[in-house]
Amino acid sequence: MAVAVGRQSNEELRNLSLSGHVGFDSLPDQLVNKSTSQGFCFNILCVGETGIGKSTLMDTLFNTKFESDPATHNEPGVRLKARSYELQESNVRLKLTIVDTVGFGDQINKDDSYKPIVEYIDAQFEAYLQEELKIKRSLFNYHDTRIHACLYFIAPTGHSLKSLDLVTMKKLDSKVNIIPIIAKADTIAKNELHKFKSKIMSELVSNGVQIYQFPTDEETVAEINATMSVHLPFAVVGSTEEVKIGNKMAKARQYPWGVVQVENENHCDFVKLREMLIRVNMEDLREQTHTRHYELYRRCKLEEMGFKDTDPDSKPFSLQETYEAKRNEFLGELQKKEEEMRQMFVMRVKEKEAELKEAEKELHEKFDLLKRTHQEEKKKVEDKKKELEDEVNNFQKKKAAAQLLQSQAQQSGAQQTKKDKDKKNASFT
Amino acid sequence: MSELVPEPRPKPAVPMKPVSINSNLLGYIGIDTIIEQMRKKTMKTGFDFNIMVVGQSGLGKSTLVNTLFKSQVSRKASSWNREEKIPKTVEIKAIGHVIEEGGVKMKLTVIDTPGFGDQINNENCWEPIEKYINEQYEKFLKEEVNIARKKRIPDTRVHCCLYFISPTGHSLRPLDLEFMKHLSKVVNIIPVIAKADTMTLEEKSEFKQRVRKELEVNGIEFYPQKEFDEDLEDKTENDKIRQESMPFAVVGSDKEYQVNGKRVLGRKTPWGIIEVENLNHCEFALLRDFVIRTHLQDLKEVTHNIHYETYRAKRLNDNGGLPPVSVDTEESHESNP
Repeated sequence: MAVAVGRQSNEELRNLSLSGHVGFDSLPDQLVNKSTSQGFCFNILCVGETGIGKSTLMDTLFNTKFESDPATHNEPGVRLKARSYELQESNVRLKLTIVDTVGFGDQINKDDSYKPIVEYIDAQFEAYLQEELKIKRSLFNYHDTRIHACLYFIAPTGHSLKSLDLVTMKKLDSKVNIIPIIAKADTIAKNELHKFKSKIMSELVSNGVQIYQFPTDEETVAEINATMSVHLPFAVVGSTEEVKIGNKMAKARQYPWGVVQVENENHCDFVKLREMLIRVNMEDLREQTHTRHYELYRRCKLEEMGFKDTDPDSKPFSLQETYEAKRNEFLGELQKKEEEMRQMFVMRVKEKEAELKEAEKELHEKFDLLKRTHQEEKKKVEDKKKELEDEVNNFQKKKAAAQLLQSQAQQSGAQQTKKDKDKKNASFT
Repeated sequence: MSELVPEPRPKPAVPMKPVSINSNLLGYIGIDTIIEQMRKKTMKTGFDFNIMVVGQSGLGKSTLVNTLFKSQVSRKASSWNREEKIPKTVEIKAIGHVIEEGGVKMKLTVIDTPGFGDQINNENCWEPIEKYINEQYEKFLKEEVNIARKKRIPDTRVHCCLYFISPTGHSLRPLDLEFMKHLSKVVNIIPVIAKADTMTLEEKSEFKQRVRKELEVNGIEFYPQKEFDEDLEDKTENDKIRQESMPFAVVGSDKEYQVNGKRVLGRKTPWGIIEVENLNHCEFALLRDFVIRTHLQDLKEVTHNIHYETYRAKRLNDNGGLPPVSVDTEESHESNP
């Protein structure tokens, strides 16, 4: 039955006006309800030297004490430690994963320090890509481990970025959303801080490091994001201890010369960081990771594997075709290899057979030789035996003959004597 | 030599079992703002919704769609030029609209199937429809499999199929059963009893019971499918709908009349005015709430997570693990070094 698929071109979408309340304005709520019941994932990577305050800052941000022992400075290399936590606030469940770089910046030779970090990030992308490429896949309840935000902790030297920082950030900026922060900001005086921040930002720009840009396309958040961006990198202080300020307990660090309050915007930018990271842009961070960084990784990975979207004649080359071509090529290779192996096997078998045959022949020859020798010996022995028998026979004959002679002689003697006797007798008469 | 076999999955640092922390006790962090953030983002991007209506001509499909979306979404067949014949084959007509309500933009596509069940010999008349649905899945799959993908893949997959049952009062017709048997596996089918104002209340409930029984006996899983109920709450809610309300007996109308001082949509007959949105008269309001106000997102998700995935898996499996080559791009292959 022929099918006439008549379709009005989709470009001319008509704008309709509704004459009553339909009710699909509840769609965002429906969507949000679904997501809330599934829960959200958020993964933060903290990159920074040992002892710079990563764990403390995480504790302060999420108002809790994540158990961890401070790392030593003796690590042989950089390794990543990931820990997952489930937080719940009103009806929102968040699966938070915090990944720490243990041993970063401690080695004497730091050439390869960035490598484990890049490998970890790539591994998470790879895991997601694998799941996406599966035939039977379950993406909607996949536990997303891709890194959504990377907090880069800059040491508060007051001068400029270290070369390790520049190199590491350059390697990470195309893979993850980087948010640079100045750690332990209470060691820098206010006027130096301003100079330090501008120096850092200009160095980042001149080295072409792409840090995360807070989105300014949507009106409600554009304003707050724009004002906050001016204060990058955020100078933060972390603390889980509380000190009595006025009549309230607040998170702070107590020094002999005063108290640094974490949540006081005059003292440090912690509140700004929390606003930006969690309360305003968490969803955007997740989306950027998925639509920009992950897609870039996927594209590179697939191209590396040999897939192309267009062939040299720039005709659109479907992935399917390339895939099939590659698959056939691969199968061909496999077959070739199999043939080769089979040939080799057959050859080996032949060789072995020939060897065995040789051995067998040798054995046969030996056997024959032995047999012949044996026979010869046997013949000799028999000859000897015969000889002996002959001798014995001869001897017997001789003996018999001798006996006969003797008996004959005796008989003839007896006869003779008898004859003689007779003669004698005869003579007597 | 480039390997097709994907590299073995590198072992990431294995996270410990998640520790559960109730942060309500320790001060406000602000995680729940993610709901607002998400809502803002989705409102900006807008939604797609594709609904297909299937049924013999004259059952009131276009009227119902217009009533559902309170606008002239489909041109009614009766307003067609008299010279236009009933199509000899099943046609698929998809018309897109953009509607906005409360700041939420929706791209609604209504897919009509004129000619279904109208011929003398209706054998295999569901095949063009099944083909169309699979074509949309194929389009989506092709986009998804591209190396350089679009940020948002345009979604033309059919999210919901309203199947119009003729109100004979007896039972389902063989054509109805055949269609639903074939299509319930590829798309969400919502059976609807059309022109329900031809039945009295008792006739209606008996008919509905018989239809439900017949669907069950024939193993037809209409939406909401039992196997996809996620938790107990969903199950009880959906059970109630499945066993009592469905199939919805509806009446459609786009004309307004004055009843008790209010303007309501209805049908005027010599013996009274049938109010479309009155639950005592017909179940249109139930259908509308079900499809639009509560289960719209779920319809889309079941289509994406289950029907589309089934199609994809089958496609990839049938071809030995790779999507098939389309006929028109068969050019010389270049074998990669």
